[in-house]
Amino acid sequence: MWDQLADLYATYQSTIAFIGINSLLALSVYTTLSCGQLALGNAGFSAIGAYAAALLTMQAHWPFPLAILAAVAVPAVVAVPLGLPVLRIRGIFLAIATIGFGEVVRLGLVNWDYVNGAQGIVAIPQKTELWMIYLAVAAALFVLARLRGSKWGFALEAIREDEPAARTMGIATTRYKLAMLVLGAALAGLAGGFEAHFTFMVAPNGFGFGRVVDMLVYAVVGGSQIYWGPVVGAAFLTLLPEILREVAPLVGIEPGPLRLLVNGLVLLAVILFLPNGMVSLPRRIAEWRAARVAARSAA
Amino acid sequence: MGQQVVNGLFLGSIYALFALGYTLVFGVLDILNLAHAAVFMLASFVALTLVGRFHLHILLAMPLAVLFAGFLGLLLERVAFRPLRARADSNISGLISSLAMATVFEAVALEVWGPNISRFPFGTVPETQLDLLGAVVSRLQLTIVAVAVLLFLVLTWLVKATRLGREVRAVAESPRAARILGVDVNRAIAAAFFISSALGGAAGVLFGLAFNSISPDMGRSVELKGLAVIILGGMGSMPGAVLAGFALGLTEVFVTAYLGASWRDAVSFTGLFLILVLRPRGLFGAAALREA
Amino acid sequence: MSPLLALDRVERAFGGVRAVDGAGFAVAPGQVHGLIGPNGAGKTTVINLISGLLAPTAGSIQLGDRPIHGLPPWQVAALGVARTFQNIRLFPDLSARDNVLVGQHLRRTPSLAARMLMLPSARTEEREARERAEALLTRVGLSERVHEHARHLSYGEQRRVEIARALASAPRLLLLDEPTAGMNPVEVQAVAQLIRRVAAEGQSVLLVEHNVRLVMDVCDTITVLCFGKVIAEGAPRTVAEDPAVIAAYLGNPK
Ligand SMILES: Nc1ncnc2c1ncn2[C@@H]1O[C@H](COP(=O)(O)OP(=O)(O)O)[C@@H](O)[C@H]1O
Ligand SMILES: [Mg+2]
Repeated sequence: MWDQLADLYATYQSTIAFIGINSLLALSVYTTLSCGQLALGNAGFSAIGAYAAALLTMQAHWPFPLAILAAVAVPAVVAVPLGLPVLRIRGIFLAIATIGFGEVVRLGLVNWDYVNGAQGIVAIPQKTELWMIYLAVAAALFVLARLRGSKWGFALEAIREDEPAARTMGIATTRYKLAMLVLGAALAGLAGGFEAHFTFMVAPNGFGFGRVVDMLVYAVVGGSQIYWGPVVGAAFLTLLPEILREVAPLVGIEPGPLRLLVNGLVLLAVILFLPNGMVSLPRRIAEWRAARVAARSAA
Repeated sequence: MGQQVVNGLFLGSIYALFALGYTLVFGVLDILNLAHAAVFMLASFVALTLVGRFHLHILLAMPLAVLFAGFLGLLLERVAFRPLRARADSNISGLISSLAMATVFEAVALEVWGPNISRFPFGTVPETQLDLLGAVVSRLQLTIVAVAVLLFLVLTWLVKATRLGREVRAVAESPRAARILGVDVNRAIAAAFFISSALGGAAGVLFGLAFNSISPDMGRSVELKGLAVIILGGMGSMPGAVLAGFALGLTEVFVTAYLGASWRDAVSFTGLFLILVLRPRGLFGAAALREA
Repeated sequence: MSPLLALDRVERAFGGVRAVDGAGFAVAPGQVHGLIGPNGAGKTTVINLISGLLAPTAGSIQLGDRPIHGLPPWQVAALGVARTFQNIRLFPDLSARDNVLVGQHLRRTPSLAARMLMLPSARTEEREARERAEALLTRVGLSERVHEHARHLSYGEQRRVEIARALASAPRLLLLDEPTAGMNPVEVQAVAQLIRRVAAEGQSVLLVEHNVRLVMDVCDTITVLCFGKVIAEGAPRTVAEDPAVIAAYLGNPK
């Protein structure tokens, strides 16, 4: 029994770690979404965190906890001068400007010879333990849960629902948006620092547009109206390829295309039929049931 | 130098075509269609199959592939955009549903054509070279620029001079006002998607011919550049997109020549980022698009 | 007594249109000041200028002895100005009570550390804020609707939640933009009484209103705006008999 569990753990250790890392990334997108801002620079922040931590442990020989602190702090500090001009831009333009920022970071790393350009940094010591990742996820969830229903939580919801109206209520909206951008950058950087010290290597192309799209998809598929929705989305979508790998031979489609196809269809189904994400599924089912019962009793 | 300009214009005409379609949908719906690059890719594969498998002449295969792309646009509109139109957050949810469709398209391409690079058969386009004011120009490059220019002209005529074009512009201005004026809004939006995707498809076929390298992820390389172009040109502005497409093409060619290929995208995206922060309406954009 | 709010030659142009064209008037403390005029006269624009959602193209706006024109809305609010909107702008997915809680933003000074550590002081502060919000909703006659989502409330109820939300910051100056539009006579009567009581407690009210009866009943002073200019000002009776006002309304029937 225990042996089997240990086997299972060994096989899926990496998947379990990535559920946690991806949860942090999904939460990093959620922070800005919670005040209505679609900011997509988080692949860039994650890269900054990953590179900062890797360089500090390998070149400066910092102890791992300090390097992880730097992975949190450096992107958070970068987010301030980025956010001040960029957060004045709204809607889809903010998304594009922040995507632009992410690409600038990635391409800057590609052209930086000191960190081996496109090859990236290899042979990073493996220091990340699963408990560290999940402790971080728990801490992030705790902070977000405590914000909800507080004065600041209501201010964020007000900004999401109607920013100009929120401003007339005395809410300094720019500060709140900046705070959330900084928090998101910190979480993304933390995930990057963990990932670098888990997979032995970091390379710029791991932090491209596709990566930030993944983060957004986790958050939206899980549900971006509530703080734990992104974690549900990250867990589901990180597990999905593992499941599909087992299923692929049975349906006769190559695992690669099948994974993409199912990802696409799940995403489409959620956005069309579950606007509030997977976390709203139980309520939706209850509503459908109630509607059916009502229809039957009317008949 | 002259050679650089020729190469830049040639690359720019493809970017311009791609961005023109992108910006058309944005102008009408204020939504980014992230599946545009996937349509670009699928059209390229379809042209390849028509030429390679069915031995059609490229001049016949291309219009068919473009038509196919147009129908993909109709499909996109029906499945990914129309159901969301009433939603308050339709510009975020539309972004995601179009991304979902892009993923599905890419999965189809992977399954049908495989992950490797495919190429047009040798001699699809004659490989003769001409000398133009000291620059070497291949017949292919000339054809591509000619097709692009022809499509700009057709599109301008379509939008400016036809009833359908007027309806599309009316919807872009204000869907509500257009409906009051008796415009069939759904039809106009569908038309915009058809034209937009057809242009994206044309860009894809030309891109495939130009670099003779077609793969399921080829859209990725133009996706973000298309964004850069429509920002530079002012979101929703068609002449802006064309100008900006050429500007990007020239920039890329010159940066590659003088700084090296690895700096090409870095320069473009730094430019994009700075423009968005300093001048969000774009370099050539007229209307202020930042919400008051 | 020096005025609480003073507008001086305020101008706001949209492209070529001068929505507000050199308007000036003053609101005294504890008074209900009516701002009336035909549709498109520029009343809403004046409210937007005072609350900081728009900046004037010329002129000055003073609150007490502080110029407030050009300040962002949240700073204007922090100086004691609250408002409602002609086209209701509640937070639709929040409950009536939570809308009013947002309105208390400026009044509340909880500690983030206490909240994070779940200290009793934080819980007490929150309970008090909730109780204040419920008391305000009771004051506007909505004690039964506290937990309803704003989007599910009737039109008149939504307007009353907006008033409660504005009062929640305990403002010195309350700006009401057509607070009774779409209300039934009973609701209108309740709002009239509420406005009188708010003024009696020393808060000033600037009231934009189309309901002539209401304006005549509750206002101490009335300013009449037409094409962005002040064309008459004074006590309700005198304004009602002013030929310029009668001409403005007859020449521009609603
Ligand atoms: N944001 C705006 N942009 C352009 N014109 C505006 C804007 N707001 C108001 N206006 C114009 O200013 C004038 C006054 O409008 P408003 O203040 O809403 O009048 P009222 O509230 O008295 O009915 C109108 O002609 C209106 O069209
Ligand atoms: Mg008005």
